[in-house]
Amino acid sequence: MRTLKFLLQKEFLQIFRDKNLLRQILLMPLIQLMIFPWAANYEVKNISLAVVDYDHSSYSQKFISKTISSGYFKLYDYSASFNEAYKLIELDKADIVIEIPAGFEKNLVRENQQKIFLAVNAINGVKAIVGSGYLANIINDYNSEIRLEWIQPQRFNPTPVIEIASSNWFNPLLNYKMFMVPGILAFLVTMIGGIMCALNIVREKEIGTIEQINVTPIKKHLFILGKLLPFWIMGTFVFTLGLLIARFAYGIIPLGSIGVLYAFLAVYLFAVLGMGLLISTYSDTQQQAMSISFFFIMIFNLLSGLYTPIESMPAWAKVITDFNPLRYFIEVMRMVVLKGSGFHDVSHHFLVIFLMALVLNTWAILNYRKTT
Amino acid sequence: MKQLFSFIKKEFLHVFRDTKTLLLLFGLPVVQLTLFGFALTNEVKNAKIVVADYSKDNTTKQLTDKIEASRYFDVEKSLQSHKEIEAAFKTGKIKLAVIFPENFNHDLMHLNKAQIQIIADASDINTATTLTNYITAIVMDYQRQMMKDASIPMTITPEIRMLYNPELKGEHTFIPGIMAMIMLLVCAMMTSISIVREKELGTMEILLVSPFKPIMVIIAKFIPYLIISFFNVTSILLLSVYALDLPIKGSIFLLYSESLLFIVTALAIGLLISIQAQSQQTAMFGSLMATMLPTLLLSGFIFPVESMPLPLQVISNIVPSKWYFIIVKSIMIKGAGFSAIWKETLILGVMTLFLLIVSLKKFQIRLA
Repeated sequence: MRTLKFLLQKEFLQIFRDKNLLRQILLMPLIQLMIFPWAANYEVKNISLAVVDYDHSSYSQKFISKTISSGYFKLYDYSASFNEAYKLIELDKADIVIEIPAGFEKNLVRENQQKIFLAVNAINGVKAIVGSGYLANIINDYNSEIRLEWIQPQRFNPTPVIEIASSNWFNPLLNYKMFMVPGILAFLVTMIGGIMCALNIVREKEIGTIEQINVTPIKKHLFILGKLLPFWIMGTFVFTLGLLIARFAYGIIPLGSIGVLYAFLAVYLFAVLGMGLLISTYSDTQQQAMSISFFFIMIFNLLSGLYTPIESMPAWAKVITDFNPLRYFIEVMRMVVLKGSGFHDVSHHFLVIFLMALVLNTWAILNYRKTT
Repeated sequence: MKQLFSFIKKEFLHVFRDTKTLLLLFGLPVVQLTLFGFALTNEVKNAKIVVADYSKDNTTKQLTDKIEASRYFDVEKSLQSHKEIEAAFKTGKIKLAVIFPENFNHDLMHLNKAQIQIIADASDINTATTLTNYITAIVMDYQRQMMKDASIPMTITPEIRMLYNPELKGEHTFIPGIMAMIMLLVCAMMTSISIVREKELGTMEILLVSPFKPIMVIIAKFIPYLIISFFNVTSILLLSVYALDLPIKGSIFLLYSESLLFIVTALAIGLLISIQAQSQQTAMFGSLMATMLPTLLLSGFIFPVESMPLPLQVISNIVPSKWYFIIVKSIMIKGAGFSAIWKETLILGVMTLFLLIVSLKKFQIRLA
């Protein structure tokens, strides 16, 4: 126990002496949490439109102003011809071209049918789908408005109608930040904990100071515990900082119990730090340790469900997500923070992470050699 | 000149002896491309949902079958009470619940009106909205079949044409993004780390007191990483053409020239970081903050810049990868020539020049 105390003292001295690094460790999550949720927004807004109005009628005018007032679109310009508008798409000035054919108003009344042409820049698939979806809805609305002007509404529905009442639970205002902030926080804790821990030990290897510890009678597991605990404390600190930012900058208050979150964090950090340790036992230089951690963290990040749903992934990718610790942490964060899930609901996650922590740390201790 | 060559040889030895790092540097773009190309999709498929059918009549059965037949949904089970639904949401197993109230068919046939209730787990917003839209479409479709004969007057139909990317593949935007990220990783991060490493180990002092010009030491450091970057660009392009079926529409020569410009930008950033940083860890976190994160967040490669708040849109203009991203996208997908991208190229060029001048000014022969 006394040995451990001295080891911890040494580690903390080293960490607190490097003010530059300390500042970065604290600043990075702060900046990320302040910027990331604003940028990581799949809500599609400000779609820029080029309008080609061959009709110049009151109907076409009404339609355009209805579109603009919906709030999703902004009018870039009116173009005289489709080719001119197409050029705007090529130059990335416009995302969608709306073409209203000549005789739109007249034909609609006379022939009961008319078309509006939309040309969508589909390089960004999400934007194209959502943008044209909005427009289709607006056209639909506009259509029924016009119909009402011409046809007297009937008091009874002539045909059976199925109504759909949809409600959104857990995030009724559809605030995208509620979804992203807990996930981002989980990712940050993982990145800082894992990389820092891996680099720290390899640094001692590279500079040669690890030899000095290796020749002392300090036991392997004590040395490793001495390396783990400081980063465990820092991880918890960063997490707390993140929860406070979520609370005061975004107004996100966990619905569920904070105790469950911290209990999970405690186990989770051991798993992540264990991974960092394992990486450090396999690398000789910091550059190596960094590229290995970066490699894995990148895979973990992409396959965590942070950006895209896991259900949509192909089977082989789903298998990888089963072994991805970050995935479990993000799920627990979102469940507890947004849905108020309790310990019972996330017990499976606890079990998996506990096993991972056990395996990774045992592996790391076994693989750590005092001699080279 | 001979000195320079022997220095470059030394650096190559350093880089190629470390096979683990080298393997990862070459493997990373391949893995990233595979994941982005095959595993990540915003399309929602196989979402688990539950159906609570309090009516159990012909119409609700038909509707349930229709929902089940769609590839978007996996109907998990039929639940009986609202309590069970809430519990199922909390364990995170289901994404959406469809509820048919009692007497559904009766109401529909006699009152001409019946209601379906849909509850979506909106903690994941995109999935929730998409699934609600899918269900709505299925119900609408069912209804249309019910009233086949009734014709609807005055119909406006939108005719939508998707330009450039009719299959709406996601690869189009992420390939230029991955290229930018890999180049920054190799040129900015790895280079700065390898320079700071010499500082940390003390060998930099030896190099600086040698009669060899200090700036040449740095240039020699750059060369191996520059070559690795070119390999990576090539492998990304080959993969995107042959594995992802994404042809390069514009000129390859132009693409490589622009990439070379961006590599120099990345090297300049790397140089600046290595001048500032005293330890490899600071260099690493510094390059993460200065290059990786802005690229990931603000270049428009994952998240559209137009939907961001104005301050972020303004900030995004000083991120070099944003301009490189626009350039590559224009060349690869739209087949644009130099005349269409000269402005972006000029901006990137000026940025690079600025970074180079600043770092050369700050470069000092003596270590603190």
